[in-house]
Amino acid sequence: MTPELLAARRIVRRGQVLTVLGLLAAAAVYVIAIYFTPVEVRQGPAQKIFYVHAPAAWGALVAFAVVGLVSILYLWLQDERLDLFAASSAEVGIAFSLVMLTTGPIWGKTVWGTWWTWDARLTLTLFLFFLFVGYLALRAAVQDHGERARFSAVVGIMGLVLVPFIHLSVYLFRTLHPQPVLLKPSAPSMPPEMLRALLSGMAAFTVLYIGFVVLRYGLARLDNLREGAGDAV
Amino acid sequence: MAEFLRIAFAIAAKDIRLELRSRTALLSAIVFSALVLVVFNFARDPTALAAVDLAPSVLWVTFAFGAVIALNRAFYVERENAALDGILLAPVPRSALYVGKLFANLAFVGVVEAVALPLFVLFFNVDLGHALPGVLGVTALATVGFVAVGTIFSAMVVRTRFAELMLPVLLLPFMVPPLVGAVQVTAKLLAGRPLSEMMGWLRLLTLYDIGFVTLCILVFPAVVDE
Amino acid sequence: MRAGEMLAVAGPNGAGKTTLLRLLAGLMRPSAGEVRIRGQRPTRDDPGPRRAIGLLSHHTFLYDDLTPAENLHFTARLYGLTDPAGATRAALEEVGLTARADTPVRHLSRGLLQRAAIARALLHQPDILLLDEPFTGLDAPSADRFRALLAAQLARGRALVLVSHHLAEAWDLATHVAVLSGGRWALEGSRPSDLAAFHARYAELVHG
Repeated sequence: MTPELLAARRIVRRGQVLTVLGLLAAAAVYVIAIYFTPVEVRQGPAQKIFYVHAPAAWGALVAFAVVGLVSILYLWLQDERLDLFAASSAEVGIAFSLVMLTTGPIWGKTVWGTWWTWDARLTLTLFLFFLFVGYLALRAAVQDHGERARFSAVVGIMGLVLVPFIHLSVYLFRTLHPQPVLLKPSAPSMPPEMLRALLSGMAAFTVLYIGFVVLRYGLARLDNLREGAGDAV
Repeated sequence: MAEFLRIAFAIAAKDIRLELRSRTALLSAIVFSALVLVVFNFARDPTALAAVDLAPSVLWVTFAFGAVIALNRAFYVERENAALDGILLAPVPRSALYVGKLFANLAFVGVVEAVALPLFVLFFNVDLGHALPGVLGVTALATVGFVAVGTIFSAMVVRTRFAELMLPVLLLPFMVPPLVGAVQVTAKLLAGRPLSEMMGWLRLLTLYDIGFVTLCILVFPAVVDE
Repeated sequence: MRAGEMLAVAGPNGAGKTTLLRLLAGLMRPSAGEVRIRGQRPTRDDPGPRRAIGLLSHHTFLYDDLTPAENLHFTARLYGLTDPAGATRAALEEVGLTARADTPVRHLSRGLLQRAAIARALLHQPDILLLDEPFTGLDAPSADRFRALLAAQLARGRALVLVSHHLAEAWDLATHVAVLSGGRWALEGSRPSDLAAFHARYAELVHG
């Protein structure tokens, strides 16, 4: 049993533990959200989707930032493990953005009657989703590991730089075409129970994110070792 | 610096000469743009929306699609006989290769736009008049942005199996800020609005160009060096 | 290696011979160790090392739609030569391509194509020439002509690294030999005089 293999297995185990913790935390948050938060006056119980929706968006954003920053590290240090980590983060990120992009329209339709709005949050998450898709599609299309890592890193960094421009575009667009502010979950005028639930949700999703990424990363390391061994044989 | 530019120009000149000799990519892109314009023309209901409202979007969607068609050409030619290796063997700064390809791509996309614009004016009965210099200016500004990003992405995707599909998938999110800015500015120009109303968008476009051209120059060596 | 020396590298398929040349040419970065040409590493953006290297490979690095003259002119500009037109003319004369200098490369016969590739590799007067299986597909007279060309290059003070399956082709010209097997050097040293004995040794190293 090589030290590499031991290390990878250890990472997988840690990832599993963290994921379970994260899932338990998320479950706890939902219990709190459903039973212990006040029902919002205008929106009704459907507003509680927000406690999944906002943390998922947060998770996607964190995942994206990690991809970008780890990509920069990869180009600097040239360590293949950094590339595997970035790819793991991208896979988790795309899952979180899908959660956000499905809960958002459900919430919107239930409460306000429209499936989609071009507000800042949804728009940004949509872009993150497309960027993740591009990133993962490119990885799938390139065979050589070194090339795949370099290309992914370039796309990751460019995506990171794109985000402020998306923000700026949405901001300029909305000041010219003011739209009804349909989704304003970040209104500071939230009763403390709601705020607590929201923050707990974000904390739970952060743990879940870390758990998923570490688990995925561990599995990627194992895959890598298996492939390497396959070549030698 | 002079050496850098000289090499970039040599590469661009070689690409232009190659394209002039075979003409395939350029013609496809031009015909494609013309077709897109025709489809838009038939697809709209002339009574529902005034042409002037729709015009900027139609123009820019046409430019964008035409550009994507033309962009893969520059690095595709380097695949035959491992020509790219031939360039990388030489004492050429990798960024000079990028800038050379950028110049060549700007020329190609510029030609496509130069053909598409008059066709657009013709099909949609748009009165450019006083707005022409402005439209040309914003076209140049926005084009630099997405061609810069498109050039580096095409360098990557030509090595993959599904290059024609991968390029739009990667590039389209990056085209949104310059496209949105260009459409907004074009719309205001056509409506004769004052410059002050466009400043925000123009700043966005300029910042995007500077930011991404710089970034691409910095990052390009990672794409071609093993 | 020193001027006028030729290293012949043999090895079975997959031993890493092409990778070796790519590393020497600066097309690949070594993951361990380093390559130095005149004390500098060829992968840096530093022009110095790369100017000294020429590579002749299976691929010609030529653009099919351009003529040999245009291809060489472009190459000359890439290498920053002060008189691209003059260098192009001289190179074309040297390989005997002047008559077909203005025919697009896609219309050239295989032999002429090989000559154009050689002209491109030697255009910038490299000190070191790397050759990847150059005798593949050459008939006997062409192989003889090519050997004469290699001898001339050695006489001019160039160093050559030639990678080949079949050492017999270049045996007489080589001053050193090496064997690459499974990505490692199995043997290196001066070229012995007995080819047959070497073949036996080679078989041992690679298959034994």
